[in-house]
Amino acid sequence: MAKNDVKLIGAWPSPFVLRARIALNVKSVEYEFLQETLEPKSELLLRSNPVHKKIPVLLHNDKPICESLIIVEYIDEAWASGPSILPSDPYERAIARFWAAYVDERWFPAMKGILGAQDDAARMAAVGQVTEGLVLLEEAFQKISKGKSFFGGDHIGYLDIAFGGFLAWIRVTEGMGGIKLLNETKTPGLLKWAEKFAADPAVKDVLPETQKLAEFSKIIIAKLRAAAAAKAK
Amino acid sequence: MMHCFDMLYSPTLLETQYQSNELQRETQRDAYEFRKLGEVKVLGASLSIFCCRIEWALKHKGITYEYIEEDLRNKSTLLLKSNPVHKKIPVLLHGDKPVAESLIILEYIDETWRENPLMPDDPSEKAMVRFWAKYVDEKCVISAWTASRTKGHEQEKAIESTQESLKLLNKLIEGKTFFGGETMGFLDLVVGSLPNWIKFIEEFVGIKLFDTKELSFLHEWAQRFTEIPIIKESIPMKEDLLNYFRAQQNAK
Repeated sequence: MAKNDVKLIGAWPSPFVLRARIALNVKSVEYEFLQETLEPKSELLLRSNPVHKKIPVLLHNDKPICESLIIVEYIDEAWASGPSILPSDPYERAIARFWAAYVDERWFPAMKGILGAQDDAARMAAVGQVTEGLVLLEEAFQKISKGKSFFGGDHIGYLDIAFGGFLAWIRVTEGMGGIKLLNETKTPGLLKWAEKFAADPAVKDVLPETQKLAEFSKIIIAKLRAAAAAKAK
Repeated sequence: MMHCFDMLYSPTLLETQYQSNELQRETQRDAYEFRKLGEVKVLGASLSIFCCRIEWALKHKGITYEYIEEDLRNKSTLLLKSNPVHKKIPVLLHGDKPVAESLIILEYIDETWRENPLMPDDPSEKAMVRFWAKYVDEKCVISAWTASRTKGHEQEKAIESTQESLKLLNKLIEGKTFFGGETMGFLDLVVGSLPNWIKFIEEFVGIKLFDTKELSFLHEWAQRFTEIPIIKESIPMKEDLLNYFRAQQNAK
């Protein structure tokens, strides 16, 4: 068995899986990408993540690591000699972790709200929430980047990866609704950041193509709307 | 005086002054020494399942701090300024720097004050601790909270979810003294007062959540954990929670 046997169980559309892929790329780690169809979930996935049965799962020498942000931190620590993903200062680490948690716990549910909206009123409300969140993230970006290109400074870091995982989905959502979530007026910093992030060597080959993702999104939207309708009953 | 040192050794100034990584790491270590001298405050609520984690971590490391009790019905200006996004406790203030979200605060404390480490060194063990800490907050706490506030089918689902999640914790602690091994660690602080809270909800709401026989390993861990002196001084006990919430109910 190879000393550094690395596999990633995932699926190309997932923003969470993307985070892990970008982190591995930052560290130039060679890995095998095991694409899941999720219908049904593979034996390996169910065995490796019995608690949540979700992707991504990183398998490092057969040891499973679950939950995308935990995987990113693990990658940073297990390949410590590569470029740093998290800042070294404890306070800056806390700030990066805070905003990553915000993206997952507050902002992402609002994004799902846009895709799963039953009608225009619901969609407008969700867009409002997402925009409010983006304004907060813009403020955070201005403070944290200190005039540099990324949240991580000159190079992409933890928060770039945490938030950037959603970039293709942001673009799909913009296309769907004819709206500009990232724009010159409310999020000028993030607008520039998005271009640079998408072009980064660790990102550009794994970021899903917007058109391809838009096609795929129709399946997700149907599922989200069905779930929202079931809940409303 | 303290403030001057903090500015002099701020990371931004260091980055512009020094090129080499090695020297940068050395000088950042010195910066940590000075940052440790900043005053520590905890904004909290004494019965909170999240706040006690923070006080335990600070006591475990021998850090002096000022505890400020918040009235959650009348949140202070300091709290609203320190945590404008969530407006929640706990918040740790280190000098003038606020840190919010209990799990993030715990990692900050562990990384700032390196004595008596709470996290293991090994990256995969760390990942496991973070996984289960997240699980406690996202499954155990949320299910129990939902079970306490709902009725009918939704409550049944929440009760089942709580019981299932506690069974997993029970399995995790089987054969171990503490979640951290021979001595308590990060995950012990996170699980912390959860059993007391769950037993309180059981009695207050009149539902079955914690089967002591089925969860014998977790039950025994809870008893061991509560005996640790720094834990014993400030762990919310079932009786404290019952007294408080019954008084709230009667006041209405």
